[in-house]
Amino acid sequence: MRWTCAARRTDPVLKVENLSVSFVTRMGTNKAVDDISFTVETGRITAVIGESGSGKSVACYSLLGLIPQPPGRIDGGRALFHGQDLLQMTAAELRRIRGRDIAMVFQDPMTCLNPYMTIGQQLVEPLLYHKKVSRAQARDRALELLDEVGIRDPASTIDNYPHQFSGGMRQRVMIAMALINEPELLIADEPTTALDVTIQAQILKLLATLQAKRNIGILFISHDLAVVADIADQIVVMQQGRIVETGNRDAIFRHASHPYTQKLLQAIPRGGKPVALPTSLPLVTVRNLCTSFQSGNTVVKAVDDVSFEVLRGEVLGLVGESGSGKSTIGRSLLRLVHASSGQIDFDGIDVTALQRRELKNLRRRMQFIFQDPFASLNPRMTVYDTLAEPLLLHGIETRSTVGAHVLRLMDDVGLARTFVRKYPHEFSGGQRQRIAIGRALATRPDFVVADEPVSALDVTIQAQILELMRELGREYGLTMLFISHDLSVVRQLADRIVVLYKGKIVEQAATEDLFQRPQQAYTQQLLRSIPGSTLLAADPSGTDTTLS
Amino acid sequence: MSAPQITDIAQAEQGTSLWRDAWLRLRRNRLAVCGLAVLAFFILVALLTPWIAPYGYAQQQLAVGATPPSAAHWLGTDIFGRDLLTQIMYGGRVSLAVGFIATAVALLIGVTWGAVAGYAGGKVDAVMMRLVDILYALPFMIFIVLLMVVFGRNMLLLFLAIGAVEWLTMARIMRSQVQSLRQQEFVEAAISLGLSPATIIRRHLVPNALGPIIVYTTLTIPSVMLLEAFLSFLGLGVQPPQTSWGLLISYGAESMEEYPWLLIFPGLALTLTLFSLNFLGDGLRDALDVRGAKD
Repeated sequence: MRWTCAARRTDPVLKVENLSVSFVTRMGTNKAVDDISFTVETGRITAVIGESGSGKSVACYSLLGLIPQPPGRIDGGRALFHGQDLLQMTAAELRRIRGRDIAMVFQDPMTCLNPYMTIGQQLVEPLLYHKKVSRAQARDRALELLDEVGIRDPASTIDNYPHQFSGGMRQRVMIAMALINEPELLIADEPTTALDVTIQAQILKLLATLQAKRNIGILFISHDLAVVADIADQIVVMQQGRIVETGNRDAIFRHASHPYTQKLLQAIPRGGKPVALPTSLPLVTVRNLCTSFQSGNTVVKAVDDVSFEVLRGEVLGLVGESGSGKSTIGRSLLRLVHASSGQIDFDGIDVTALQRRELKNLRRRMQFIFQDPFASLNPRMTVYDTLAEPLLLHGIETRSTVGAHVLRLMDDVGLARTFVRKYPHEFSGGQRQRIAIGRALATRPDFVVADEPVSALDVTIQAQILELMRELGREYGLTMLFISHDLSVVRQLADRIVVLYKGKIVEQAATEDLFQRPQQAYTQQLLRSIPGSTLLAADPSGTDTTLS
Repeated sequence: MSAPQITDIAQAEQGTSLWRDAWLRLRRNRLAVCGLAVLAFFILVALLTPWIAPYGYAQQQLAVGATPPSAAHWLGTDIFGRDLLTQIMYGGRVSLAVGFIATAVALLIGVTWGAVAGYAGGKVDAVMMRLVDILYALPFMIFIVLLMVVFGRNMLLLFLAIGAVEWLTMARIMRSQVQSLRQQEFVEAAISLGLSPATIIRRHLVPNALGPIIVYTTLTIPSVMLLEAFLSFLGLGVQPPQTSWGLLISYGAESMEEYPWLLIFPGLALTLTLFSLNFLGDGLRDALDVRGAKD
């Protein structure tokens, strides 16, 4: 679906020519952006796509003088904004342009708003700074904009503090703030990455609507091709600081010529798991599970009377947005949080009633894979230590025999053996997640809870890790609870799916049934929110032919 | 299996430890190595003093009272004709022992206490930290005087008393470190592996909290040495003819104008120690931060 506007001028609002940026550190000079050129036209959206480290953010930030110099250094090129070269401007000139003619929306709406100021105060700030208006006028303008970005009842919420808004609402506030001075160019840096899928769909739609209505140019930075599939006019694909391919949306999606673009397209999760599910007995049975947290004086019910089974050998997908209680369920199963009531039965053992010693034995058989591989590994332990720890703890190996086992584990998860003495910070996100998976599988558990194991990773890495998990699942004969907010990811791995909403189960069904015939309105909404679904579903053959 | 893989296993079987890696990194920091060398030298001298000191520490030669440095007395003598080099050597025994032992006591109690409180949280934490608050509120001089009065003057007790005062801040630092660390997923991962709380604290929390602790430790050692000087000056610490650097400095300060060497040389010994400790501390902090300098 496209939200277009009939009358459009198409002269470039921003024209970047031969931009090069490098970072100079003690370790040497690192070319972050290497001779790139692109344009953003008035009333159009140009998307810059690339993985972390591809230089996409550096390129866009350097336009507004937002990279620290040093270590950053602009080596050359021009960035013409209405004929003026942004790169030649002084700091004072840039300040006048930032927030007035060119505005930005950042990735994480949680950290971009000052928690000690009401959103009203923050909204009028750029207006008062750049334009001669009275406070009252500014406030009226802020109210108008809040209404326009879809904040309900702005008059009564304008004096609220950021923490009183949800993530999606905060991002709307950020967009309102960016638009308040009616800029001609909006730079949006991964504006939906931190949001749930349904919210993401709403924000994307909002951006496209506003863009068409106000006839502004948008530079949209993202790591995910699927996200921009619905809204971008022009797509620029970056890899390692260079532009590898530029084209309009259809050209990129239908006839991508560069292998890297094809790889990105291929990495967009789609299609289901090839094999049908095993029919067997349940390994884990959850009955009427309730988990609540005390926050201040109020008790929050994170999980509310949830019952389900995980069959031996299957992958059960647990899908829901943030706040749906999906992580809490996973943690409850391993007794990382205490269930308030209900039963968890694991292979005939009542998990909720175990004493500490028995719990240790249970944990040998049940493991957890965490979302953020940057946080889930002890930064002061080498790969060797991390992988050896569970083996030694559970007496599977002794100090003298553990080395060989560690190396076998590294082979299994696809890490080169020479990395064994390295520390986590020396690895990329995907490699770290491999270490974390290795740690979880070290004790050869029967059951693994994987909590968003790929959502912190770049798309191509995501695909690799999912493939690894599928392989290892088969090899180790694992039963898995796969928790994710992303239905398209779950679809690739799960045999059955449980959909959660606000702590309750909305629907559970076999994966393909759920995708073909969702019964509940909420499930249908989730399915519609999958980014790029319309485009990819509309012409699957067109994309497939490019993926030779 | 091919040859490179066999060496990998050999590498792996060497066992790895944070400390070994830290040592390798520390060796590359020249200032820290100098600091370590100076400290090692001082400690060695302190250990060997009874055998290598040129004179006895109580030996007075009133005839040569208060002479400036000479061939016979390299660092001069004090007003009673006692050899200053000998005094500094013997004083170093006391000062270094107090500094290191009292700090070790403080470190042991403080880190354990803070880690347990921070990890346990809730009521345990509240009770443990209120106790710390109460001890903080006690004027420590009174505390030490009381200890001295009850148990009599005793070197070992002096160490313990100072250590018992200095651990409070250490405990607070450790607790706040642990509180933020235990929120992280790697601690949860350790729990889900089945590790016991004690192992989690020892293997996962303490190593990650070492940075600030080490810096604070290197600041504590000198402050403990000065504290000892202060106590000795009040007559609560070591007494003549026994001596310490702190005592030597305070006596030297009294006769600074006539006999400056009596202040300069003990002062130099203390200053050198403090510098060395600071450099070593900085070096250790960097060496233990595996994210720091690249191998």
